[in-house]
Amino acid sequence: MEFEVLKTSVGEWLKGTGPESDIVMSSRVRLARNLAHYPFVGRASETERSEIEGFLRSHLKKTSVGSRLEYTNLGGLEDLDRQFLVERQLISREHADATGARGVAIDPTEQISLMINEEDHLRIQCIHSGLDLEAVWSQIRGVDEEIEEVVPYAFHGQWGYLTACPTNVGTGIRVSVMLHLPALVITRQIDKVFRSLHKISLAVRGLYGEGSQAFGDFYQISNQITLGRTEDELIAQVADVVPVLIDYERRAREFLLQETERNVHDQVSRAFGILRTAQTISAEETMQLLSRVRMGVLLGLVDDLHVSDVNKLLVRTQPAHLQKMKGVDLDTKDRNIERARFLRSYFESGSPDDN
Amino acid sequence: MFHITEVEDGGVRELHLCEDHARVYLNQAEADSQQEDSDIPSGPLGVNQTAKELSEIDQLFCDMCGITFFEFRNQGRLGCPHDYVQFEKELEPLIANIHGEVQHRGRRPRRRKSFEGEPLPESTEELTSVIGMRKEIRHAVEAEEYERAGKLRDDIQNILHKWNAEASRN
Repeated sequence: MEFEVLKTSVGEWLKGTGPESDIVMSSRVRLARNLAHYPFVGRASETERSEIEGFLRSHLKKTSVGSRLEYTNLGGLEDLDRQFLVERQLISREHADATGARGVAIDPTEQISLMINEEDHLRIQCIHSGLDLEAVWSQIRGVDEEIEEVVPYAFHGQWGYLTACPTNVGTGIRVSVMLHLPALVITRQIDKVFRSLHKISLAVRGLYGEGSQAFGDFYQISNQITLGRTEDELIAQVADVVPVLIDYERRAREFLLQETERNVHDQVSRAFGILRTAQTISAEETMQLLSRVRMGVLLGLVDDLHVSDVNKLLVRTQPAHLQKMKGVDLDTKDRNIERARFLRSYFESGSPDDN
Repeated sequence: MFHITEVEDGGVRELHLCEDHARVYLNQAEADSQQEDSDIPSGPLGVNQTAKELSEIDQLFCDMCGITFFEFRNQGRLGCPHDYVQFEKELEPLIANIHGEVQHRGRRPRRRKSFEGEPLPESTEELTSVIGMRKEIRHAVEAEEYERAGKLRDDIQNILHKWNAEASRN
């Protein structure tokens, strides 16, 4: 894979375009699928894992979608390169950290990625910028149907598509939408919102990491149930709640502007000030500050900066991206220095090395 | 990541599970503990078994991949597609607990359209039986029963060819 090209570009989900992209960062659907004639990945021998990888790789090439994708053998990559793919949301952290035969096929726009030998034999992912679940579903459905013609998926009349973990069985679908909700965080309404989401069986996670704390006010909302409902119903369950959350966030932003404009303006300006002048800065602090600045841009409190710039910086200041740009491995301390240097030069020269 | 410490008769057991797997594990643990303080007779939900019955369930194993129910409970992951058939009775209450439903209503494999009057296969169990046949081949080779091993290889090829033929005929 041409990582040299990727390192100064950002993927589809950070373009900052698409409907409601002031609040909705991205829409994603993934499908969990397994071959009928092999044990699940966790139970497969080393030989079987290689056979599964070989089988899927060769059969995916027979599909029109598969022939457009670029395949990367993850076992043959450096840790840094795997981390780089995690930061771009093209593979999961588990997939990066696993051992044995495994790989990922990615399309040039980074909308589609096919993970081979993750927890399931095949994980199909499709991601678009903004709120675009219907288009994502229609695209991933097409990919799934094409693969299904050449690959025998494990299927059972009662249980549906069979998965290694019973939490995914049935449709094998995970529908998620990533939202930027800074005003709900500032006005302390976010916990209330999450409690009500849990009540309707929706899960909330941070941008990076499993159920961990969300850095920078970015939250992923996704379905938990996968069995007993159709894909359309499960997508609607997530899609129906998003406009409500958008409305809450917009109202909270308006409230902040009306009631505390000076405070908000002050917070945004200070965040921007730190990003432009810091000499050392952690990834977490950078995300928090970029989140504030992103809100400031959208509220018209920051000039000369676009939402897409902030989105790009969110990924390009991640540890593996920084190191790939610099071309050397850096420890945490040096990364924090390099991150601050990168941010200063970015804001001074107005994104010098962008394409 | 969830770190769960189980205190058992024999000592302490540490488990490290991701959120989803922890949910499976804890659901099962909840079902286990419910049976302890309940004297309702054993029901279809599998939450009222005695400790003896539970330990018997733990010893159940899959004919294809060999995973025991105990191993599944520890890892939160099944061994192969056949487990859903082999452990159906044990899995059903767990799945009902997670999803609130026990019948798939979503998409079905498209290629499995019936042809020439043959009914639509309800599952891919025949293909999954290949997993057990590969194991038999290994045993046959160890026992130097090469003829049997060769026959099994042919059987596997036939099953895969049959699928390919069906797949290409829709």
